[in-house]
Amino acid sequence: MREFWDSTIGKKVFVAVGGTILVAYLVLHMAGNLWSLAGPGTVEPHIDEYASWLRNFGEPLVPYEGTLWVVRAILLAALVVHLVGVIQLRARNRKARPPEYPARRIGRSWESRLMMVSGVVILVFLVVHILQFSTLTIDVTPLVEGAIYANLYWAFQEWYVVLFYLVAVFLVGTHLRHAIWSVFQTLGVDSPERNGQIKAGASLLTVVIVAGFAAVPILFFTGALGVPIDNEPTAAVLAGGGGQ
Amino acid sequence: MRFNLEIWRQFDRESNGHFESFTVDGIDPESSFLEMLDQLNAQLGREKQRMVAFDSDCREGICGTCSLVIDGYPQGPRQVTACQIYMREFTDGATIKVEPYRNSAFPVMRDLITDRSALDRVIQAGGYISTKTGPQPDPNSMPVSPETQKEAFDAAICIGCGACVAACPNGSAMLFTGAKVKHLNLLPQGQPERTTRVIGMVEQMDAEGFGGCTNYGECSRVCPQEISLDVIGMLNREYRKARKDEQPAHRAKMTAQ
Repeated sequence: MREFWDSTIGKKVFVAVGGTILVAYLVLHMAGNLWSLAGPGTVEPHIDEYASWLRNFGEPLVPYEGTLWVVRAILLAALVVHLVGVIQLRARNRKARPPEYPARRIGRSWESRLMMVSGVVILVFLVVHILQFSTLTIDVTPLVEGAIYANLYWAFQEWYVVLFYLVAVFLVGTHLRHAIWSVFQTLGVDSPERNGQIKAGASLLTVVIVAGFAAVPILFFTGALGVPIDNEPTAAVLAGGGGQ
Repeated sequence: MRFNLEIWRQFDRESNGHFESFTVDGIDPESSFLEMLDQLNAQLGREKQRMVAFDSDCREGICGTCSLVIDGYPQGPRQVTACQIYMREFTDGATIKVEPYRNSAFPVMRDLITDRSALDRVIQAGGYISTKTGPQPDPNSMPVSPETQKEAFDAAICIGCGACVAACPNGSAMLFTGAKVKHLNLLPQGQPERTTRVIGMVEQMDAEGFGGCTNYGECSRVCPQEISLDVIGMLNREYRKARKDEQPAHRAKMTAQ
């Protein structure tokens, strides 16, 4: 295993597998987000119900939030492997081709050229995103624990929050379009016959993920989704001059 | 025809290089790129200046010795070897930039000549088959289907010129190594060393300081032999399987519970 990790090809396999785990999570996360499109509801917003279902998942076999923490641990491990692998591979590549002699661009896609930039921006976004909606530390709009729908609603009334999320989601898209196809090549499970389908499938999955994620801030901002009914934070926001 | 040339000059491995400008005149449009460089060298000889060193051998596109980077394109912009580029393809009075291959595994020896023996060492690490001496084997003892033969040959036509490495922003030799591994691992003659071949060649490739693949696909776009990118997919697959199937030198002794 050590020799495998030390070779360029083995390290790339680790990066690909780590990335695949992250993409699989993105699909689940995107699908879960779509509960917010069900609106504020009459008693409790659907997204809030979904959030508490996630926390109770597997109870009483696993403790409260147990499943959530297992998933978080897997994601963190996948992210660390992905990042360490990429950093080491990049260092090796820069040594193999010194930056003072850049290669002329001969047909490489702009998504593939942007991988390092999009990766870094996504990483920064990830930190901000967790600090905002998970730990509620970045409190630009009043955030209340457990009130997912209201938190989303008020956060996405601010144009700069919406813009930041849309830019990040777009860069996730550019990253994925190159990454998903690359997984097949790196694992060697593609072939000239299947290449067309793999390329089309990678683009399609990217579009679905981007559209699913982008829909939430856009629909909140345009007012397509209603004001949350439990409006304790509403009063605070209105008093503070935020919101509409 | 008249051309302005920007040519990389470097006396030896240790010295620093720089671009030098030359003008050549009276070039026949039908002369090849290398013949144009010959004319330049004749001119430099008459002026008692040091000639431009460049590599060439067969000059008919089959050996891959010529290794110029013309206007940023390894082996020239037309996906053929540099010796098959003709001056009629350039506009009269054009400025043409000529560089050596640029990556750490191919050190510049002089001007446009690079030391590409790293690729030879990758071949030595596994790019061979073992064979028996003695009477000629029965022709039908190792059947190869026409499909396998064609596929193996599509990889075997790699001439090892190194344009893939020169085109790669990471200086990776995976198209070259992949072509060699695919060629031998598909054929029955290559089966005995199937596992050790790919492990040996990949280890040597890494030891020579080649970079890793990031799936830009530019190697395949410059390859004079049009090697397809799927050889890298096969190299990845073969390496992964080889590491999985690798036998320990000695299996551990088993004991009861």
